Amino acid sequence: MNDQIRNRIRAIIAEQAMLEPEQISDDSTPTELGIDSLGLVESIFALEEEFDISIPFNANEPDKSDFDISTMGTIMAAVERLVAQKAA
Amino acid sequence: MTLDSTSRAAGNGGRRVVITGAGTINALGHDVPATLTAFREGRCGISQLDFQDVDRLSIQIGAQVHDWRAEDYFNRQQILLYDKFTQFTLLAAKQAVAQSGLDFQGELGLCSGVVLGTAGGGLNTWDENYRAVYEEGKNRVHPFVVPKLMNNAAASHVSMEFGLRGPAFTVATACASSNHAMGLAFQMVRSGAARVMLTGGSEAMLCFGGVKAWEGLRVMSRDACRPFSANRNGMVQGEGAGVFVFEDYENARARGADILAEVVGFAMSSDAQDIVMPSAQGAERAITGALKDAGLNPESVGYINAHGTGTAANDKTECAAVAHAFGHHADRLMISSTKAMHGHIIGGTGAVELLACIMALRDGVIAPTINYQEPDPECALDVVPNEAREARVDAVLSNAFAFGGLNAVIALRRI
Repeated sequence: MNDQIRNRIRAIIAEQAMLEPEQISDDSTPTELGIDSLGLVESIFALEEEFDISIPFNANEPDKSDFDISTMGTIMAAVERLVAQKAA
Repeated sequence: MTLDSTSRAAGNGGRRVVITGAGTINALGHDVPATLTAFREGRCGISQLDFQDVDRLSIQIGAQVHDWRAEDYFNRQQILLYDKFTQFTLLAAKQAVAQSGLDFQGELGLCSGVVLGTAGGGLNTWDENYRAVYEEGKNRVHPFVVPKLMNNAAASHVSMEFGLRGPAFTVATACASSNHAMGLAFQMVRSGAARVMLTGGSEAMLCFGGVKAWEGLRVMSRDACRPFSANRNGMVQGEGAGVFVFEDYENARARGADILAEVVGFAMSSDAQDIVMPSAQGAERAITGALKDAGLNPESVGYINAHGTGTAANDKTECAAVAHAFGHHADRLMISSTKAMHGHIIGGTGAVELLACIMALRDGVIAPTINYQEPDPECALDVVPNEAREARVDAVLSNAFAFGGLNAVIALRRI
């Protein structure tokens, strides 16, 4: 189940970064993947649409958000948490 | 202060341009005196939004004109024909023309015009009618939908209201719309293309679709607009209009008009870089361009009305641009953002903000940046935090830096 979610997240980020999913590791940062601020907002929108979740993210204070965007790993963990909350 | 007449003549020459009337409606007040009182008091016009489907928005605050009753100002037929952005414009224009004392009958009307800014035009009309046909399944809309929603509706109704038969058009450059409009009006009077121009801008975007669209960008604050403060977390939308009478100085002097301020310079630039992220270099070129156009020494500028949206990106970029454009003098001038009070009025914001510039020149009162809580090392200028300040200033700038990388800066001086 979690692998499936992670693969879907990876596919979404890969599409945004114009990379192959295999090129994205858990410690990749959005900057390393070439995702700028607008790309990040677009990725978050795509994740919300894919999983029918609402991600609390304000581009003005990315560090203060509960949704940790520092690496792919933290993004995946945060999405998994929101998906689990929705199912609960 | 010195007005360098040599560079002025060499640069753009032409006629001197003065402001002889001002009008506004916004969340702080329904006219100029009420708005200036709010500026002096540092009052915030931002509150809970109130319109249909607001419960489906994640952003719940805005600087809305809550007590707006169109029927107090317009008859039934006019209300059917005027979107709210046109209503706001006409109200502000009537105030401005009344203050100027001008009558456009006869020859003056033939050589006078109107140029206004708006980003969304009749956005409430779009919103209401999309709701009718998509959500409510209606197959018929009111015959005036198009003439209501078109971006030039307000400019056209102003020209009809006062008989302005010269140049009339609308400028849409997002958040810089009204600064671009006022800059063009200035150039037209200076060049002699028009003797009087009504100018400014208007926005009425506070409806479900208007705010929903902005939510998508994730740059809006959910609690407050705090320009230049380290804990700022985004912009807050407002609505309203500001309209001014820009007049040939000789014309104004000959008829003994009360002159509010002189418009002395204008410059625009494009970042040519990114559709949303601002560039300090682009902003700086507009600032230095306006100074050059005005023939002003940087040291003569005492106050800048900032674009100051309260977003992370704008405020630090704007401060960097000002610091670079003014060098050491950046530490001596005052810069404030009044958006924390009247919200970001998008295409009308520069017009409402010009009132703070006029207040600085004419009344010697600098409008504060309210909600300022924590210094930000990247915004280390005198932002006139939280309380208005008395200070005599001779020349001022008003900044506007739009999405799309379009920058427009106007210079005024005391007369």
